[in-house]
Amino acid sequence: MNKPLRRVAIFCGLLMVALMIRSNWIQFVQADELQNHPKNRRVAIERYQQPRGNILLSNGKPITGSTETKSIDFKFKRTYKNGKMWAPVTGYASQAFDASQLEKIYDGILTGDDDRLFFNRTIDMLTGKDQKGGNVITTLDAEVQKAAYETMGDKKGAAVALNAETGAILGLVSTPSYDPSSFAGMSDKDGEAWNSLQKKNNPDEPMLNRALRQTYPPGSTFKVVTAAAALESGMYDIDEKTDTPDPYRLPDTVTDLGNDGNHPCEDASLRVAMQWSCNTVFAKISHEIGNEKMIEYSEKFGFNKEHFVPVRAVESVYPEDNRPQNAMAGIGQASNRATPLQMAMVAAAVANDGKLMEPYMVDQLVAPNLNVVEEHTPKEIGRAVSPENAQKLQQMMEAVVEKGTGTTAQIDGVTVGGKTGTAQHGENNSKNPYAWFISYAKTDDGSPPIAVAVVIESANVLRDDIAGSKLAAPVAKAMMEAALDGKR
Amino acid sequence: MSTSHVTGSHTTISSGGLPSRRNTELAMLGFAVLIPVFAYANVGLAINGELPAGMLAYGLGLGLLAGIAHLVVRKFAPYADPLMLPIATLLNGLGLVFIWRLDQSRRLKLLNEGAAAPNQLMWSALGIALFLAVLVFLKDHRVLQRYTYISMVVALILLILPMFFPAVYGAKIWITIGGMSIQPGEFAKIIIAVFFAGYLMVKRDALALASRRFLGLYLPRGRDLGPILMIWALSLLILIFETDLGTSLLFFGLFVVMLYVATERTSWILFGLTLAVVGAVAVASFEPHVQGRVQDWLDPFHVVRETGNPNQPAQALWAFGAGGILGTGLGQGHSDLIQFAVKSDYIFATVGEELGLTGVMAFVLLYGLLIERGIRTALAARDPFGKLLAVGLSSAFAIQVFVVAGGVMALIPLTGMTMPFLAQGGSSVIANWALVAILLKISDTARRPAPAPAPSPDAEMTQVVRS
Repeated sequence: MNKPLRRVAIFCGLLMVALMIRSNWIQFVQADELQNHPKNRRVAIERYQQPRGNILLSNGKPITGSTETKSIDFKFKRTYKNGKMWAPVTGYASQAFDASQLEKIYDGILTGDDDRLFFNRTIDMLTGKDQKGGNVITTLDAEVQKAAYETMGDKKGAAVALNAETGAILGLVSTPSYDPSSFAGMSDKDGEAWNSLQKKNNPDEPMLNRALRQTYPPGSTFKVVTAAAALESGMYDIDEKTDTPDPYRLPDTVTDLGNDGNHPCEDASLRVAMQWSCNTVFAKISHEIGNEKMIEYSEKFGFNKEHFVPVRAVESVYPEDNRPQNAMAGIGQASNRATPLQMAMVAAAVANDGKLMEPYMVDQLVAPNLNVVEEHTPKEIGRAVSPENAQKLQQMMEAVVEKGTGTTAQIDGVTVGGKTGTAQHGENNSKNPYAWFISYAKTDDGSPPIAVAVVIESANVLRDDIAGSKLAAPVAKAMMEAALDGKR
Repeated sequence: MSTSHVTGSHTTISSGGLPSRRNTELAMLGFAVLIPVFAYANVGLAINGELPAGMLAYGLGLGLLAGIAHLVVRKFAPYADPLMLPIATLLNGLGLVFIWRLDQSRRLKLLNEGAAAPNQLMWSALGIALFLAVLVFLKDHRVLQRYTYISMVVALILLILPMFFPAVYGAKIWITIGGMSIQPGEFAKIIIAVFFAGYLMVKRDALALASRRFLGLYLPRGRDLGPILMIWALSLLILIFETDLGTSLLFFGLFVVMLYVATERTSWILFGLTLAVVGAVAVASFEPHVQGRVQDWLDPFHVVRETGNPNQPAQALWAFGAGGILGTGLGQGHSDLIQFAVKSDYIFATVGEELGLTGVMAFVLLYGLLIERGIRTALAARDPFGKLLAVGLSSAFAIQVFVVAGGVMALIPLTGMTMPFLAQGGSSVIANWALVAILLKISDTARRPAPAPAPSPDAEMTQVVRS
């Protein structure tokens, strides 16, 4: 009977070995994944074990805070200063609903758990102090943000302001917004607040970050990109006649494309066509450059790519399409779509003499002892257009503000270049169009140009009244003024 | 059953002049008492910042129980295996610490879970009392052989009883008498091993020799299939009517192992495995309780994804993950998030979280050591009944450890059984102390220098013929 006994002994040993292997698997191989599962309560318990580090503005003022609570699991709770205005920047950190955006990406820094804070933690542990979180210093400018948020008022839309020379994000507004303090805790009230903000209960989608995560048809603001393509291709120059009929018959169709208003669009030069936003000219240019080349030129401005600022911005698209659609894409009215961030990057690249900078909104990560853990250095994504062509584009955009469709954005003593847009949407243009304005402002004192993009989704005004210059340009103007005031 | 095999070790087989190893046992017991006392102090310091008030009493109590057990072993089973008692004491002692630690949880107090450690201490004392009683009154394990068929009846009654009591959390494994809940399966485990050992000892020749060869396998005769089919049917009935996967698996597995040992026929294992798979798949196809368990096993996070609220299997996995390699330290984990049953079925998750991979490996090794000492006892035993009983008890213990720990770690579908000695539950701790006592008794007989009376000549003959 001993032979089978030995085999049973081996079998029982194997059972134990199987347990050991499994234990190694879940406690070593999978441990990280299990520990960081978003629904694992331990993540939140650790997150709120100590006062969370803060998110600061470029002027060093915090826009977040922490307050002590009485709950078993969570010692502290997140608070926000003017949470509605800053929510598109901070995201949220909630005991019940995890975290998002900066709060999520820099969770390790803010809680003090990041590997780079290991030394700090060890010192704290040895000296018997509680663990402390580090801070996240953003590039945001309180005045620019406030100007944008207040002029947007109750309109639905988004606005982005960039330092064109560095790519630093100065303002990032999305409306309607939400107050992340309202669901930072664990209570039923927090749950209700959260539910009332969800898309299914709130068609306005307050939690959608429109500046980074929503793409819109860019409308006429895309003509800047088309003009850049025209100049870069060498097929056109700024003051050359473009040989365009008015109306222009779209290729392969019997559809005639006209222009808004009574402007000298027939056979207009690029400069004149930009000034009056001539659809016919830019549709023809896009068609003649061709789909493949248009994709290439728009990609130079950052299209067809996600950007991380470090919050993810969705990709703006210029897709492959048929010839009539490609012609319409030249005026931003086809399958091409863009985020407000992307259009701000277009304006910034033009203002920065053709150099496209990587947009970012976190300048420094700072340890609890104020040591800098990580610092952003401005990075060039690439050259969108040559310096000469950038100059020509600037002339065109400045003409728009000086004497074209964008006069509402003029600022005394400042060179402003811009482009309006009114993008139609809905079946047969049935819904209120999107009002766009992209612009930049430069002073002579050598301070970096400020680039801005504003989109307003739907406003309760008459359709005819909706135009980039009436709705979006004032917001852009307020942001540029706020940014320049800060410099002076 | 010639002892010409090459075991090499002289500690258990050869006769005459063997050290009794009682002093080894005593030294080991010292550790087995000290380690839980340190663990207890550790929990108190971690949770309340001070040494627990009951520490001295606990240490003295555990030491006293272990001391008495040791003295009784010295007197009534002087040649018994020296490791089993210390391992059981250590596991039981640490189990008490873990239960006390979970008693301190504020989360569990909010759920109105009362303190469980005092009761568990009482059950442990009762368990050790039963352990002592077995050592004192069971003069020779072969006495049990007389009760083969009575055991069968008792085991059947114990297994069938829970069907008539209401299900507790989906499984009918409890009987309630006067407000006290008993898990009869834990006792049935021992009694059924006695029955199988007695039955197989008598029938094994018939089962082993009378067979037909088919495709290179020795297939049993049709009429010899009767017993295994009966046990199989009974296991399935348990599974269906008591929705208790663990008990069902345990009994069937136990029978197949013992059948294999008794007959040395591999074909029984293949046959048994086939039956088990067929039965399990068939039952799982219509029994929602079993289906749920299987689904939780295949995808432990499906409930989290679907409802947003984690269920116990997910919480248990997170507890293990949170432990990592070294664990959070006693008293510093959050395994109480598992909530209900964290002290019983899921107690191993607390080990995983607070002692980490290191602690889990140590516990599995301790269980493994206890099991292998049991099988060693079977190897050393000189009578077939003792061999069969020892291997039966050991493998039942092994299967139980595997099924529970594997279930909690999502290695296999979860079943409602308790971790021997560790988990909260009176029936479990009492039954397992009795199990260890019987193993000790068998090992005492096996290692006793004066040769025991020769086993029945019939059995001897067949062995010689075959080896």
